[in-house]
Amino acid sequence: MTPLPAGTPAPDFELRSTADETTSLSDLRGRPVVLVFYPADFSPTCTDQLGLYQMLLPEFERYDAVLLGISVDNLWAHKAFAADRNLTFPLLADFEPKGEVSRAYGAYNDEAGTSRRALFVLDGDGVVSWSFVSPNKVNPGADGILAALEDLQKELAT
Amino acid sequence: MTTTGWQSTLTVPVDPERDHIQGPADAPVTLVEYGDYQCPYCGKAHPIVQAAQAQLGDRMRFVFRHFPITTSHRYAEEAAEAAEAAGAQGRFWPMHDALYEHQDRLTDPDLRGYAEEAGLDLERYDADMASHAHAERVREDFMGGVRSGVNGTPSFYINGARYDDSYDLETLVAALERAAR
Repeated sequence: MTPLPAGTPAPDFELRSTADETTSLSDLRGRPVVLVFYPADFSPTCTDQLGLYQMLLPEFERYDAVLLGISVDNLWAHKAFAADRNLTFPLLADFEPKGEVSRAYGAYNDEAGTSRRALFVLDGDGVVSWSFVSPNKVNPGADGILAALEDLQKELAT
Repeated sequence: MTTTGWQSTLTVPVDPERDHIQGPADAPVTLVEYGDYQCPYCGKAHPIVQAAQAQLGDRMRFVFRHFPITTSHRYAEEAAEAAEAAGAQGRFWPMHDALYEHQDRLTDPDLRGYAEEAGLDLERYDADMASHAHAERVREDFMGGVRSGVNGTPSFYINGARYDDSYDLETLVAALERAAR
């Protein structure tokens, strides 16, 4: 399965982030959106991918971008993970039906039954402007995301 | 322009005016580390880097840049600023070594003790720490690292390419030797 390539309209979704809140992609039109699909909460590393992104929230805000984490973990796992790592951005539960949104983005690993480590940057019209899949064990960092957001900003300026 | 895919490389070139560097400028191989003084993996890598430096000798240049993981390491930022405060007095490397050798003791009084042992002018050190005189520099290192694809600590770059292999001594030295040829 290949991730949705640049130029593809991003499939809309509405997923829960907490017991009483949902996030709907179409509500975010007008702002860049960074979708971070990841295999599971609690990866055993000193600095994980999402912790790095948390530190970079002020950078993402400079581009007015919305950051959303997505995995097949349930809300309670997300809640514990966010509390443990001090994550303040939404973690969405692609839990029921499991992996449906991940599949729609070409970001599902059938063998493992989890999301892949995939990144998507969407423009303000909800079109994929950059996508990348990293091997499960390789934290892709943030350089690709920031470069994509910078490209979007340049396009808007011209 | 739209793109799919990405390859991480060192986007901030080594700058002798700004960077902390050990080894000759014309060495055929340059090893850059982005590190965090409180990160246990960096602590383990420290003697390995030193051993690699001993093995490569004049054929390698080593550069250290800061990448404090402030969300999980409460002392990392202050430690990085303390290393820069020492750097401002020409004593970066003794402070750098002291911090990595005492990772479990990095409170403010601990840092001041290492500053004293490194022979710093403590009045100037205290003023720098109180005003966070070097916070901007640490932030610049951090953001340069982010733009180079640093994804955790330590992250190494050999002649500008992110090194994703194991950093046990044998594997690291083999990679450095290949790059030095």
